[in-house]
Amino acid sequence: MLIRRVLLGGVTVCIVSLIIFAGVEMLPGDACTQFLGEYQADEELLAQCRKDLDLNRPPIDRFAEWTQGAITGDLGLAADGTTKISTIVGDRLKNSLLLAFLAMAVGIPLALFLGVVSGLWRDRLPDIIASTLAIFAMTIPEFVSATLLILVLSVWLGWLPGIVLTSAAAPASEFFPEILLPMIVLSFVMCAHIMRMVRSSVIDVMASDYVQMATLKGVPYWQMVFRHALPNALLPAINVVALTIAWLLGGVVVIEVVFNYPGLGRLMIDSISDRNLPVVQSIALIVASVYVCVNLAADLLTMIANPKLRTMYMRK
Amino acid sequence: MPQSSFIDIKNLSVGYTSRNGKIIPVLRDVNLSITRGDSIGLVGESGSGKSTLALAAMGYFKRGLHVISGQVQFDGIDMLNIERNALQRLRGGRLALIPQNSGQSLTPNLRIGQQISEALRLHGDLPATSFDVGVIDLLSQVRLPDPVGLTDRYPHELSGGQQQRVAIAMALASNPEALLLDEPTTGLDVTTQAHIMELLRDLAKDRNLAMLYVSHDLGAIARVCNKVMVMYAGETVLTGSAKQVLLSPRHPYAHGLLVSIPRLNEASLPQALDGRPPMPSETITGCAFADRCKLADQTCHKSPPPLNHLETGEAVRCFHHDQIGQLNQKTEKSARSNPTAADKGTALSLANLAVSYSQPGLLSKLFAPQDTPPSTVDRITIDIKKGETLGLVGESGSGKSTILKTIAGMVPAQSGNIILNQAERLDMMVEKRPAAHLRQVQIIFQNPDDSLNPRHTVAQVLAQPLRLYYGLSGTPLRDRSIDILEQVRLGEHYLERLPSQLSGGEKQRVAIARAFAADPEIILCDEVTSALDVSVQAAVLDLLDVLKRQDGTTYIFVSHDLAVVKAISDRVAVLYQGRICEIGPVAAVYSAPFHPYTDALLGAVLEPDPDVAPRLTADDVVELSPPKTGCPFQRRCPRKLGSICETDIPTAQEIAPGHVIHCHIPQLDL
Ligand SMILES: Nc1ncnc2c1ncn2[C@@H]1O[C@H](COP(=O)(O)OP(=O)(O)O)[C@@H](O)[C@H]1O
Ligand code: SF4
Ligand code: SF4
Ligand SMILES: [Mg+2]
Repeated sequence: MLIRRVLLGGVTVCIVSLIIFAGVEMLPGDACTQFLGEYQADEELLAQCRKDLDLNRPPIDRFAEWTQGAITGDLGLAADGTTKISTIVGDRLKNSLLLAFLAMAVGIPLALFLGVVSGLWRDRLPDIIASTLAIFAMTIPEFVSATLLILVLSVWLGWLPGIVLTSAAAPASEFFPEILLPMIVLSFVMCAHIMRMVRSSVIDVMASDYVQMATLKGVPYWQMVFRHALPNALLPAINVVALTIAWLLGGVVVIEVVFNYPGLGRLMIDSISDRNLPVVQSIALIVASVYVCVNLAADLLTMIANPKLRTMYMRK
Repeated sequence: MPQSSFIDIKNLSVGYTSRNGKIIPVLRDVNLSITRGDSIGLVGESGSGKSTLALAAMGYFKRGLHVISGQVQFDGIDMLNIERNALQRLRGGRLALIPQNSGQSLTPNLRIGQQISEALRLHGDLPATSFDVGVIDLLSQVRLPDPVGLTDRYPHELSGGQQQRVAIAMALASNPEALLLDEPTTGLDVTTQAHIMELLRDLAKDRNLAMLYVSHDLGAIARVCNKVMVMYAGETVLTGSAKQVLLSPRHPYAHGLLVSIPRLNEASLPQALDGRPPMPSETITGCAFADRCKLADQTCHKSPPPLNHLETGEAVRCFHHDQIGQLNQKTEKSARSNPTAADKGTALSLANLAVSYSQPGLLSKLFAPQDTPPSTVDRITIDIKKGETLGLVGESGSGKSTILKTIAGMVPAQSGNIILNQAERLDMMVEKRPAAHLRQVQIIFQNPDDSLNPRHTVAQVLAQPLRLYYGLSGTPLRDRSIDILEQVRLGEHYLERLPSQLSGGEKQRVAIARAFAADPEIILCDEVTSALDVSVQAAVLDLLDVLKRQDGTTYIFVSHDLAVVKAISDRVAVLYQGRICEIGPVAAVYSAPFHPYTDALLGAVLEPDPDVAPRLTADDVVELSPPKTGCPFQRRCPRKLGSICETDIPTAQEIAPGHVIHCHIPQLDL
C-alpha cells in the first residue's frame, strides 16, 4: 500500500516534468532565440549557439539528460549559458523554506489552538472574534492585507521594516527582522483556513454520540475533550495542513512580490518574463515534487493516526 | 404503600427556544417513577421524546434543550441542581446508560480495553493494577468470545452485536444500581437481539436493577419490562403493566401501534396507523392524537384530555378509553392480495448465480488457486414468477443485498445467469445496460436519505425516470408526476419539497414513487422499511401491496425482519452466508418442517407479547466468510450430523411441491 503510494507519487512527478518539458519545447523560440535577442536573425550565430547549448539533439535525449541531472541535483545551466540553475534556485528555495517554516511555526499551532477554542466555545465570544477575523483573512486579498500591515506596522508605527532588501544569497540570519512582516501576513492567511476547518471538525465531534457517551459515563470535561474528542477532531485537519504547507512551499507569489522577498515565487515570475525557460522548468519540477512529498507525508500521517486505516493495513 | 421510587421524575417539561424566541416544549409535564427491581419500557414513535426523557434521568439535556419546569431525582438527589463533580460520579457510576447505536457511541480512537478501563478508573473501587483483569472479567460477563484479544481491538473491528455487548460491559463496570437503555438493540439481527435481551433480563434480575428501557420495538419491551409507558408528542398517554399495555391497550394510540406490528402468527398485512405525530412547534388545542384517532369526536378537538388513573392501575390520557373495544371491531384486517393464481410466466430467473467481492491478484491465481476465499454468494437458482413477491431473509452478511445489487448490475456476477422475461440476459453492469433493461429493473434502498439527492425537489426526483424512459417534459411531465405522487398517497403540494422537508415515511414514499415512475417489471426492495417506525412501516407495506395489485409488479423483498417478510411475500428464500437454506411458499417455510437455520431465526423473534418467550437454538456468532466445503450453516448448526455436514453440500430435499430444504437431515426428522 505504502509502496504503491510512493510509486504513484514518483509517477506523478515524472508525468509533470514531462508535461513541463514538452510545454517548453512547444513554445515558439528557444533559449538561443531568447539569448541572442535582436541578433537571432543571424543564422550562423544561431546555429553556433544551438550547437553550444546542445539544442540540436532530439528532445527525447535532452529530456533524459535533464531528468538524470535533476535527480542528482544538477539542474543544468540557465538561459545565459553560464550560471548554474542549482545555485540560483538553491538560494531561492532556501529563502522560501525559511519563510514557509516561520509562517508554519506560528500559523499551525495558532490555528489549531484557535480552532479548538472556537469549536468548544461555539457561538460565544472567543468563537465570534476568531471566526470574524478568519473570515476577514480569507476574503481580503493577500496584497490588500499585506499593504495594510505595511502601512500600520512599518509606515505609521515604524516597528518593522516594510520591505526586504537583503540579497537572495545572504544567510538566513540576515533576513531578520525584514522577514517578519511577510511571515505575519502568511501565518494570518493560513491560520484562517486551518482554523475554520478545525472549528467545524471540533463542533461535529463534540456533537457525536461518543462524546455524549463519554460525558454520560462520567468522564470529566477536559479529560473528555483531550481523550475522546480532540484526537478524532484533529484527524481531518492533517490534510488541510498539508495543502497549506504545499501552498507555502510552492512559493507565494503575491506576498513575495509585495515585500520584494527573494523566494521561489518571485524567481518564477522573473524567469517567465525573461523567458529563462530552463529556470521555469526547474522551479515547476521542484514545486511538483514538494507537492507530492507533502501530500504523501500527510496520507502517511493520517494512516498512522487513524485507527481504522491503521488496522486495515496492519492486521492483514 | 409501594417501595419508594429510585428514579423519580416529576412534572418535567423540557423545551428549546425557537428562532423567534418562543419556547417549544418537547416534553410536557411528564411523570415517571422507577423503583429498584422495576423495569419500565418507554415506547412511542420517533420524535415522541423518549430519549430526551431517558437522558433527563441522568440530568443530561442535548445541546439546545433546557428544563422548563419540574424535578428529576435519583435516590433522593436532585439531578437538576447538583454540583458538577457529584454529577460526574453518578453518571456512569450508580446510574449507567447503554446507548442507541453503540457503534457510534464508542470512541473510535480508543481500544476496547482502554474504554472499559476508563470506566473502571472513574467509578470502580479496583486498584489500578487489576484493571486488566477487571476488563476481561466484564467482557466475559457479557459473553463475548476471546475477551483477551478483544481488549486490543478498536470499535470498528467489532460487529454490531459485539459493540452492543461492549457498551453493556462498560455500563456494568461501575456496578450500577440503575440502567438506562436507549434503543439498545435497534438494527441488530433477530438472533443477536434475542441473546442480548436474555442477557439484560438476567442482569436485571441478578442485581435488582432499576431499568428504563426505551424502544420502539414492542417485542423487546415485552421481553424485559414489567411496566410500560407510552408517549405521544411529548406526553404520557398510557401507563400500565406490560400485560395491560401490550395485550389490551386502553389508549387508541397504543392500540394503533400494536396492530401495526406484523406478527408471525398472522398471514395478513398489519393495519397501518395513518398520519404522523404533530411537530413540537404546532399548537394543539385538543388531544394531540385527534387527527389520527378513529374514536375522535368534537370533545377531543376542543380540549386536551387529562391523564385518568383507572382502578386497574393504568393511567390513560383519553376521553373515550372505555370505548376502546370499538376499535377492535373497526379493524378488519386488510387481506393481502392473493398470490397470483394465473401463471403469467417467469419475470426473472437466477441460474446458479455466484458473486465474489475478492479479486485475487494474478500471482495468487497462478500459484495458490485453493487460497481464494469462497464466493460471498453461491449456487443461487430461483425463478420468480410475474406478479410474485419473493422474500429474502437472513442475518446481516447473509448476502441479501449482494444478490439485489448483482441483479441491478451494481456488482458483477462471478458466474451464472440473470435472465429477464425468459429472454434477455442481464449480465452487463449498470453503466452498460440498455435503457430498456434499466427501466425494467428498479431498486429501492433502506435509507431514503442516502438515495435521494438532498438538493433535488420531489418534482426533480420524479422527472428523472419520466424524462429518461418516456421523454416527458412540460405539462405531461407534471401531470404524470402528480399522478404518481397520488398513487403513493402524497399530494401535488409535495412536488416542490426537498427531502429535508419530508418525514422518514414520506421520503420512502418518494423513493417508491421514483421506482414506479419507470413502470418497471421488477422492483428490488432492500430493507425498505427497516429504518421506519412500525406505524410507518405498516403504511409502506400496505402501499407496496396496493401498487402491486394495480400494476402486477414483481418484487424481491429483502429484510432481516421475519414477520415483515411473512406479511408481504408469496414465497420466501432463507439465506445463510450467501447460500439458500430453504425456499418455498410463505406458509410452508414458516411452519414445520424447518431447516435448522430457519428454526433458529424464527425461534429468536421477539413477539410483542409478555407471555411468549423466544427459543434460542444457535449462537449469535459472526462469521466473516462462508465455509469452503459442505453446509454453509455447519459452524453454528445445533443439529449438525457430523463430518458429512463439513464435506458435502447438502442435497436439496423437496418437502412439498416448491418447498425445498437444503440439509443432510432426512426429511422425516426435520
Ligand atoms: N463492497 C463490499 N466489499 C467487500 N465485501 C462486501 C461488500 N459488501 C458486502 N460485503 C460482504 O458480503 C457479505 C454479504 O453482505 P450483504 O449482501 O450486505 O448482506 P446483507 O444484505 O444480508 O446484510 C458480507 O460478508 C459483507 O461483509
Ligand atoms: S381523547 Fe379523543 S382523540 Fe384523543 S385518543 Fe382519546 S378518543 Fe382519540
Ligand atoms: S446440513 Fe448439517 S450443518 Fe447444515 S443445516 Fe443440516 S444438519 Fe445442520
Ligand atoms: Mg443489507
